[in-house]
Amino acid sequence: MAFDVVGKRTVRKDAVAKVTGRAKYADDFFERDMLVGKVLRSPYAHAIVKNIDTSAAKALPGVEAVITHEDLPRLKYATAGHPWSLDPNHRDVADRLMLTDKARFVGDGIAAVVAVDTLTAEKALKLIKVEYEVLPFVLDPEKAIEPGAPVIHEERPDNVLGASNEEIGDIKEDFSKADRIFEGIYETSIVQHCHLEIQTAYAYVDSDSRIVIVSSTQIPHIARRIVGQALGIPWGNIRVIKPYLGGGFGNKQDVIVEPLTAAMSLAVKGRPVRYALTREECFIDTRTRHAMKFYMKTAVTKEGKMLSLHMRPVSNNGAYASHGHTIVMSAGGKFRLLYDFNSIKYEPKTVYTNLPSAGAMRAYGCPQIFFALESHIEDITREMKMDPIEFRKQNLISVGKMDPHSEIVVRTFGLPECIEKGKQLIKWDEKLKKYKEQKGTKRRGLGMACFSYASGTYPHGFEIAGVRIIMNQDGSVQLQVGATEIGQGSDTVLSQIAAEVLGLPYDMVHIVSQQDTDITPFDLGAYASRQTFVSGAAVKKAAEEAKGKALEIAARRTGLSIDALDIKSARIIEKKSGNEICTLEDIAMESYYDLVNAAPIDGNASVNMRTNAMAYGVTFAEVEVDMETGRIEVVEIYNVHDSGVIINPLLAEGQVHGGVSMSLGYALSEQMLFDPGTGRPLNNNFLDYKLQTIMDTPEIGSAFVQIPEPEGSVGQKSLGENTTISPAPAVRNAVLNATGIAINKLPMTPQKVFEEIKKAGLL
Amino acid sequence: MFDIVNIEKPDSLETALKMLSHNPDLKIIAGGTDLLIKMHNGTLENAALLSLRKIPGMDEIRCLDDGTITIGAMATFAGIFRSSIINEHLPVLSEAAVSVGGPQIRNAATIGGNICNGAVSADSAATLLAYDAELRILGTEGARTVPIREFYAGPGKVNLKPAEILTHVVIHKTGYSNTSGCYIKYSNRKAMDIAMLGVSVVCKAEEGRFSDVRIALGVAAPVPIRCGEAEDYAKGKEISYETMKEIGIYAVKASKARDSWRASKAYREHLIEILVFRALKEAVIRGGGVHIGEL
Repeated sequence: MAFDVVGKRTVRKDAVAKVTGRAKYADDFFERDMLVGKVLRSPYAHAIVKNIDTSAAKALPGVEAVITHEDLPRLKYATAGHPWSLDPNHRDVADRLMLTDKARFVGDGIAAVVAVDTLTAEKALKLIKVEYEVLPFVLDPEKAIEPGAPVIHEERPDNVLGASNEEIGDIKEDFSKADRIFEGIYETSIVQHCHLEIQTAYAYVDSDSRIVIVSSTQIPHIARRIVGQALGIPWGNIRVIKPYLGGGFGNKQDVIVEPLTAAMSLAVKGRPVRYALTREECFIDTRTRHAMKFYMKTAVTKEGKMLSLHMRPVSNNGAYASHGHTIVMSAGGKFRLLYDFNSIKYEPKTVYTNLPSAGAMRAYGCPQIFFALESHIEDITREMKMDPIEFRKQNLISVGKMDPHSEIVVRTFGLPECIEKGKQLIKWDEKLKKYKEQKGTKRRGLGMACFSYASGTYPHGFEIAGVRIIMNQDGSVQLQVGATEIGQGSDTVLSQIAAEVLGLPYDMVHIVSQQDTDITPFDLGAYASRQTFVSGAAVKKAAEEAKGKALEIAARRTGLSIDALDIKSARIIEKKSGNEICTLEDIAMESYYDLVNAAPIDGNASVNMRTNAMAYGVTFAEVEVDMETGRIEVVEIYNVHDSGVIINPLLAEGQVHGGVSMSLGYALSEQMLFDPGTGRPLNNNFLDYKLQTIMDTPEIGSAFVQIPEPEGSVGQKSLGENTTISPAPAVRNAVLNATGIAINKLPMTPQKVFEEIKKAGLL
Repeated sequence: MFDIVNIEKPDSLETALKMLSHNPDLKIIAGGTDLLIKMHNGTLENAALLSLRKIPGMDEIRCLDDGTITIGAMATFAGIFRSSIINEHLPVLSEAAVSVGGPQIRNAATIGGNICNGAVSADSAATLLAYDAELRILGTEGARTVPIREFYAGPGKVNLKPAEILTHVVIHKTGYSNTSGCYIKYSNRKAMDIAMLGVSVVCKAEEGRFSDVRIALGVAAPVPIRCGEAEDYAKGKEISYETMKEIGIYAVKASKARDSWRASKAYREHLIEILVFRALKEAVIRGGGVHIGEL
């Protein structure tokens, strides 16, 4: 299929606005008499709030309100940014209060102050006297499930938030048939999204007595529902506005500051209140990526066919449920469509601990699971002295494979081509030979890792998207989407799809970037790499409707049938000859002003997507290890993706750069650290949390194998999250190749590598 | 929003000293890249500040007729690493200056602030120690000069009395002439980071032997230190792979590394040994052409 706009490197719709500073973010909006909200946080990892004395804080000049749990409705709510489920068994765990009477991690919100400015609010916080009954706490999930461990939520005395046991095939039989059985333990660390724009919102009561919340959120419609549930007020009394966003990566697919911001405004009779977190607060009281520990056991034949896999992940959820067990479950569903195991047993457990709450983060459990799987497979190939690429290739699934639980069917499978491309890009064979016998201080090595990922959440989640298109008098359109632009580029690619279907030049599609729950069509927001696949389908449907209406007018004018007509470059043409009949502007003017038939052209679509498309990819990495200091340098890295048709190569490459960079931090330096004696965060700032800088980032190569996906509206599959799944295990495997040392716990910091080198007797 | 109650901006050192002696609570701000963090963290409240920025000439870098180099305390790290005087005579200081933070920090942070803040991780400290720098300090009773080796009193503590201002860093010609050197900032990241270990080496060679080796370390003890044992050992030794390895091992003796969540004692000591060797090797190469073989 030949495209005019899809597949082109069009400039981002928001590029100029963002570069010039014209784009307004939540903190760029001001209301008259705006107040500032601040939160008093628990210094203890686990403690009951016995008494709070707010009198001194209230007496401080400039303080307008001080609130505690006693002033708020005692409604426990779930914060995860999932669509509401009519099935009570399919709902997220409601375990959170806006302000708590029992602290479950260091940083848990105990009281809030609303004051004229930040300094006054901060001074007032220090005047609040809280009497705590300090409780024993637990940070390690495996200790948290031992009998006698401190109970974090009374509703779950065993601290188990979720436990599952899924079996496909007969693992007992496959293990009995195996020639070799391999076991391994692999661990990942707690990391954070590190979006530039920290969670921030402001709220006020408008002239209709409804609460308006302007928030940096990925999910305005879902945020509205959760605010309603937390405050116990009708959802229709709440309006959420989402302006430009400075990144989210899943940390804003959660409702974190909005309910309390609304409560703060209500505490001052509806005056506007801004509640913006600091970076230090963001690290502890938003969401993190679950640290997971995987116990792996695999049955293999002597020819290298993987028969069966038994995987037991323990997922450290922290203090509150958020997305909870869904993450490890979702990842468990996604990896099953990569290798063709006869049988799989998957036994994940998600456990409460007295740490910051883990939630959604780019690729939703998959960076963890693929670190374990791809490291484990590498170890197997080394043990069996088999070529790691050939071993993987002979175990891959093929087109037509269906997951028996989700019933997702693989319709396109470009991974084998991705692997070939990656091998060539990094010069795999040539370099492997060259690096065979290394003795020096600096040793090089190559590694690779594969992944599979879905496009959206179907069938586990509900996938609805809404779009409205309105044609202007000049033939251009406003494209209004419920999907939220959060920096990932959805406004641009959705505009490209609209332009393609409508036969418009890209510049004639005006995207309405701001979402407002009062007027924006219903859509779930930005997550699960769903926007191009799910919202893209709705854009296509709405654009087809608008196009049909335009052609109907053209047909009426010319006497030709609709089928004989088309729109190209904003002109009505006769399909067969390509001859221009009139401009689209002529048709649009008629639709507005024809005295008899006037009816402005529009298109409205709501799509409930009940299909999914598996996307694939591979990372190839070359590292250099300093055998004396333990420092790992990534010299070259390539991500090759099978994401179907690439709608905008420029943005796709940008996704790869961002995703790989995020994963390199995951591999080498990032981790949130806590004092084992107190549970306090040690490095909740950007000096001590080692997010990589551009100086640490190698040139990142990307390539795409484009096989049109039949279920994608223009052949597309997911890409955004996919990019951050496989780099970490590829780097780990490259380090193994370079040094012979298998590092099974992330991140691979210089000190850890040094210790491993020493243990191996190489120093 | 910062908790600043007042900021004085005197235009002469005399006025500044007068203000400081009248109000001992005044805190000198000389760039603010450390001070603002203290305010942000709440460790400095109700700050009354005295800025040195309006005092003319305090950022001047000069080379006097006798070869003495004076660096005004308000010289920024950007100013230092771009200074032709520094690059010609004190290249190791230029190397240290450009390793500080990122461009924004280097534009604001000053060498005087860096020293007086007393941080063991200060990037300029190790190199100034290695160059035998002196500090010129002005008080109401006049000026005094202290070797930087005697200035550090403990973590975050320096020997600066109330109502005293560090005005210049002074490096004599004997401190730098005929030397070559190298600064290695070992940190997790290549930019925007603090040193896990800072190693600065300045050395002189004569006829294939070390005639003078000065080794200074940051983050190896509660204050920046010189490695006396290693320096003594190095003196007069033939420049070879083996002696340099040995000097690295000696350097560990001066250190008082400890375990922290940032790095273990064992790792820090190992790094001292490795990085002193590497800095020394690089210094020798920069010094010109002594063949020392491959690692």
